[in-house]
Amino acid sequence: MKPLLTVSNLSVTYPTRTGVVEAVRGLSFELGRERLGIVGESGSGKSQTGRAIMGLTPPPGIVRADALSFSGVDLLKAGSSTWREMRGSRMAMILQDPKFSLNPVMTIGRQITETLRHHENVSKREARRRAVEMLEAVQIEDPERVFALYPHEVSGGMGQRAMIAMMLVCGPELLIADEPTSALDVTVQLEVLGILDRLVRDKGMGLVFISHDLRLVSSFCDRVLVMYAGRIVEELATADLAGAKHPYTRGLLDCTPKIGESRHPLPVLERQKEWAA
Amino acid sequence: MFHSSAKQTAGLRRARGIMVNIGRFAVMLATTYLGLLAVTFFIGRVVPIDPVLAIVGDRAPASVVERVREEMGFNLPLWRQFVLYLQQALTGDFGTSVLTTNPVLEDIIRVFPATLELATVGTLIGAGLGVPLGVIAAVRRGSIADQIVRIVGLIGYSVPIFWLGLLSLLLFYAKLKWVAYPGRLDIAYEYTFTPITGLFLIDAAWTRQWDVLWDAFRHIILPGALLGYFSLAYISRMTRSFMLNELGQEYIVAARAKGLSERRIVWFHALRNAAVPLVTVIALSYAGLLEGSVLTETVFSWPGIGLYITNSLQNADMNAVLGGTIVIGSVFITINMLSDLLYRLLDPRTRAR
Repeated sequence: MKPLLTVSNLSVTYPTRTGVVEAVRGLSFELGRERLGIVGESGSGKSQTGRAIMGLTPPPGIVRADALSFSGVDLLKAGSSTWREMRGSRMAMILQDPKFSLNPVMTIGRQITETLRHHENVSKREARRRAVEMLEAVQIEDPERVFALYPHEVSGGMGQRAMIAMMLVCGPELLIADEPTSALDVTVQLEVLGILDRLVRDKGMGLVFISHDLRLVSSFCDRVLVMYAGRIVEELATADLAGAKHPYTRGLLDCTPKIGESRHPLPVLERQKEWAA
Repeated sequence: MFHSSAKQTAGLRRARGIMVNIGRFAVMLATTYLGLLAVTFFIGRVVPIDPVLAIVGDRAPASVVERVREEMGFNLPLWRQFVLYLQQALTGDFGTSVLTTNPVLEDIIRVFPATLELATVGTLIGAGLGVPLGVIAAVRRGSIADQIVRIVGLIGYSVPIFWLGLLSLLLFYAKLKWVAYPGRLDIAYEYTFTPITGLFLIDAAWTRQWDVLWDAFRHIILPGALLGYFSLAYISRMTRSFMLNELGQEYIVAARAKGLSERRIVWFHALRNAAVPLVTVIALSYAGLLEGSVLTETVFSWPGIGLYITNSLQNADMNAVLGGTIVIGSVFITINMLSDLLYRLLDPRTRAR
């Protein structure tokens, strides 16, 4: 079967006054209709990877790759109109914090129907019906009421569900979730993850799940890429997590606290220059 | 049964909430006006101008001065004078202008529409061009377009308006003959045209006197464009910075991820958010123009409130000055309240629940 997404030798660079910053360096992976986790510390290039796949690298960033294709479309050659057709309808992205990623002056319902009406030729009434249906699908109790609310009137967990509804309403094949639960309370995190998990399974989407939380990713994804300084240092199936070989991955795993274990002294992540080379 | 009664109480609660809000609004308005009246009253008493002498002249005998002083109530204690002043002001009686011998209110009703019309034209031009220019400058930050907007704004800030006014009169009136001479109407029309509201453009359009409308337009366009240019300089700068702030927000990334066009993202999502602080900026610039731009009104012989107050001040006509001050203060208060209301309409986060 042909992969949904092929990334080969991807690099994202930013020219600055003090020289070129290489955010992502030579990243390659393939994604089928599966759930892939990308983990790494801040600045390891995981978010930049997600944005590059969506074509959302902000200027003056430069994206280069040997190949970057999504279900038969060569993204390297895509013009802005092709991108616009793809985004939101065939590939979508969930951002970190619903407090900032929802437009504060538009109702939640309007933001969901906007995606729909932008990509599909549907009537107002039909768009509304499907938006409410989508709100139901993300397990919002009173979808008709939430439809008319503004983002500041709902909780973080509710906001993130609205975000998921807004991004999935057109039924994309690929979803990039960029730290979708980092801004939420721990109890709400699991609920939102559960909803996301079910939707991804039901619709057979490909998922790129970006997080700094290795445990969370391993419980949720089929495969994990561990990134460090813009490169993949290790790629594993989540089942083999315990057999991770790379010292950086081992370090990340060692940071997880275990009940009944003494944490003195706290383990410190080891970083070595040659991993980034 | 239970359900409907619950709904009813919710309705009642909402109605009461609205009443409380209106009440709060009214109290705020009343306090502000009281403050305004107090300040103008005490300014009027503190300035070293004797209103009695201003009326009778400095050669009148002492007995006459004393009698007029009593007639005008200046022998009463200060607080009684203030109460009297309040009573008169509330009935719209600001006394008689020494200079024009008309009641001050009548004078103001005559001059204020001229300023209102000019300021409105200026603000329409300033906001109508300033906002789009600011948006373009923000979207193409660092480009040539941004630099041009910056330079146009800088000139608007730094060039004195009377100089620009005179030069533009020289060019567009004297040389090119594109616009009419200073004043609100040609002399031929000034005696045949009877204003209704005092806003000549509206009056002429209302009575279908198209030739008058065209003439009024030819007179107002140059001073209006000049004032508009000056508010444009400010409005475009502010729009640019508000837009840059909004365009850097995460919801813009989300809008892009939804596949929306750049045009919709900029002119709808970002501008709609930038509009919230912009309302205040535009309202304040409008209120500033409504004070009457004395220099512009002088250069263009525009019989507005700025010119009126300046003339009154030079002739120690305190009634007129204070009346004018109260009108300007009221305009400021009104515009502020209106922009507050508009702000609430635009930003759901500030809406009272």
